[in-house]
Amino acid sequence: MPLLEIQSLNKAFGGLRAINGLELHVDEGEVVSVIGPNGAGKTTFFNLVTGMETPDEGSIVFDGQNVVGLRPNQILKLGMARTFQNVRLFPAMTVLENVMVGQHSRTKAGLFGAIFKTPSQRREEAEIEERAKEVLSFFGTRLAGYRHDQLSMVLSYANRRRLEIARAMATGPRLLLLDEPTAGMNPRETIELTELIGRLRSERGYTIVLIEHDMQVVRNVSDRVVVLDHGVKLTEGTYDEVSTNEKVIEAYLGRPAELGA
Amino acid sequence: MSQVMDPPAPVEVELRPAPPLDMRRAVRLGLAGGAAMVLVAATGIVATFQPRMVIDPIVPLGILFLYLLAFGFGWMAGQPPATLEGYEPATAGSRNVLAGALAGLLAGLSVGLLLILITVFDLRGVFINMSPELAEILGFGLPVAVAVIVIAVASAAMGALGGAIHLLSRRVRRTLMGALTAVIVFSLLTDLFGQLFAGLSLESVIDFLYTGRGGALTIIGAVAIFGAFIVLFWWMEGRDSTLRQRVQAMPKGQRSRWQIGAALIILVILYFVPRIMGPFVSQILVTAGIYLLMALGLNIVVGYAGLLDLGYVAFFAVGAYTTAILTSPQSPAFNPEISVLASLPFVMVAAAIAGILVATPVIRMRGDYLAIVTLGFGEIARILLNSEWLAPIFGGAQGITNIPDLQIGPLTFSTPQDYFYPVFLFVLVAAYVTFAVQKSRWGRAWMAMREDESVAEAMGVNIVTAKLSAFVVGAILASFGGSLFAAQIGSVFPHTFDIVVSITVLVIIIVGGMGSVPGVTLGALVLIVLPNLLREFSEYQFLFYGVLLIVMMLKRPEGFIPSKRRAQELHTEELSQDAWLEIYGEKGQAEHVPEEAV
Repeated sequence: MPLLEIQSLNKAFGGLRAINGLELHVDEGEVVSVIGPNGAGKTTFFNLVTGMETPDEGSIVFDGQNVVGLRPNQILKLGMARTFQNVRLFPAMTVLENVMVGQHSRTKAGLFGAIFKTPSQRREEAEIEERAKEVLSFFGTRLAGYRHDQLSMVLSYANRRRLEIARAMATGPRLLLLDEPTAGMNPRETIELTELIGRLRSERGYTIVLIEHDMQVVRNVSDRVVVLDHGVKLTEGTYDEVSTNEKVIEAYLGRPAELGA
Repeated sequence: MSQVMDPPAPVEVELRPAPPLDMRRAVRLGLAGGAAMVLVAATGIVATFQPRMVIDPIVPLGILFLYLLAFGFGWMAGQPPATLEGYEPATAGSRNVLAGALAGLLAGLSVGLLLILITVFDLRGVFINMSPELAEILGFGLPVAVAVIVIAVASAAMGALGGAIHLLSRRVRRTLMGALTAVIVFSLLTDLFGQLFAGLSLESVIDFLYTGRGGALTIIGAVAIFGAFIVLFWWMEGRDSTLRQRVQAMPKGQRSRWQIGAALIILVILYFVPRIMGPFVSQILVTAGIYLLMALGLNIVVGYAGLLDLGYVAFFAVGAYTTAILTSPQSPAFNPEISVLASLPFVMVAAAIAGILVATPVIRMRGDYLAIVTLGFGEIARILLNSEWLAPIFGGAQGITNIPDLQIGPLTFSTPQDYFYPVFLFVLVAAYVTFAVQKSRWGRAWMAMREDESVAEAMGVNIVTAKLSAFVVGAILASFGGSLFAAQIGSVFPHTFDIVVSITVLVIIIVGGMGSVPGVTLGALVLIVLPNLLREFSEYQFLFYGVLLIVMMLKRPEGFIPSKRRAQELHTEELSQDAWLEIYGEKGQAEHVPEEAV
């Protein structure tokens, strides 16, 4: 049984059909890239899966449970966490706090515990901090040491992207949805992040779906590539299959003049 | 940031001389200062303050206030510009004094113009304060032509003094300004200090410093205060480190012993405060404490959770009315006549219900919309309490009277001095709750919601619970304030729960420093205690509130004592500059360049 299975998914914004009858499945342990030209519906797809938008029709089954209609926080708790195309951290919170917030749905201390400092609250608080540091250590020295107490808004662009991944990791997901993780990064940083995505699977065992424009990254990390255009799945397959597919080339480069007439 | 961080080759740069002081800026400031001085005179502040002596009989408050403006604008005009990269730091010289004098002169000429205007035309039909008395005060009783020159010269002199301040070393400057401020503070807060010395049975000090209890400073008194504070500030400015830094540097065990000791000393002092300060000041402190309690609650709602609640007074009213109904024999509908203390659990429950009632409809609202809806709720609460329809329960405009005093065991609290202690206790509890919650799971969830609601939800925060809980915690703290208020005053009337209360509480946390307990405390002291001590000027209270707000928003939007993160948030640009300088060091040498820059 696939970890994520999507059937006849539809979403329209007014007259625009952003997602049109999408069928997709992601197996446990896979890295799937979603590519497509601008406006193909990639981010809308992520929004629908994570509950930030509600589909008009169709089913999204994660780990045997239909998540359509659940709130984003409920979906996250089932084990799906995402990052955002235009990095959306909590700017006035520290690096550590950003990651600690990620653990909100996995912990349960209430206000009563916080005010009366109950032993269970203190234990949990210590665990949250420890786990947050452990997650940050995944990024080597990038987000370690003095960085823990820096506000996330003072981080460099690349570090913000890393922190967003760390925050998603802290939620304890099985499936990570990365929305253009290398957008705006320089070539060095892109190579490093490609490596990191590999490690996310091999060391942490996450299943990963990523939206990506950089074809080098797509080629290096994906088991399978799904191509979207105008809300429709054009094709899917390995990178080599997809990159030679005529429909894909057409979607990206346009129809040759002699055929278009 | 990585793009801008390509390290430049370390080269010896020759610094260019600092640009000279901008005289056009001095002209602009002079005209602005003139406008301020004319405004102060035309609104009647000068005339109202004139009979009040700061130092008897030589310095009246009205004129002092006017010329302090000239001094202030001269100080601004003479301020050396910030040192820019590649330039030498500016050194202060005669040009600074000149700029100050120029600004002062222009400001003085504006006042002179006003004086001519007043003497030539009778403008009292429109500007009721532009009276011959004002002309008399402004012109020092001299003929107009002479007076204009005297004003211009005096104002220029004050401006020049303001500019000359920049010539002094930091230590001298701070000592001098501090001592002068001390003299003015001692004079303005004559009631407070009179009560303090009387409470300490030091009547002779009052006779020495003041012309009488509640009177102006005597010349000798002013000189003595000035001298004493010169010595004090000179010593304070001369130390290498502040006490705070030294305590921070101590080993952990010693530091906590110091902190506990300091806390004990403060508690002992606070224990004696109401006894020494008498009913008048105690009443002010109790009022400030109740406002502080509300401000700490609103700080959680607005400062932490980012929910701008403009109807916060409703929760204050819920607390006050719940206590009133449950305790007063005059309660119209039903009167169980339980004690005030026994009513507190019910107050908590009522406030929680009210919090949920307000929060539920605004669950899906953000920002401005939420503010407007809560504003409506606040007004609805007041109108319902005032209505004939609900008069059988709340007593309508007659309110509910005869609320008994607070009793805890054998102790009965009746005077303002008595109430100081329970109010203080509740404030302590509220401050503790604020601290405890800040570093907790829900505190972080609130902050995440404030930063970005949809992302917080996508990261697992249940927005419904987060909003409800923030409103409920805030509502409970405010309701305790209302409960204490009702017990202390002994009656509740709907008109007390006006929108102005909500606004004042909000201003307290904005001016004090959102998200910071010491800041909110200082905000309550400045905005509640000061106006009550300076009741003689209450006519202008909201004018000063307005000026304070504008100046704060322009110069220090993070508040008096901001929380660290808020200060950083509002000064990101400077911060990234500092970070740049820190990385490249002063000599252009890379110290700890982050890897991504390499």
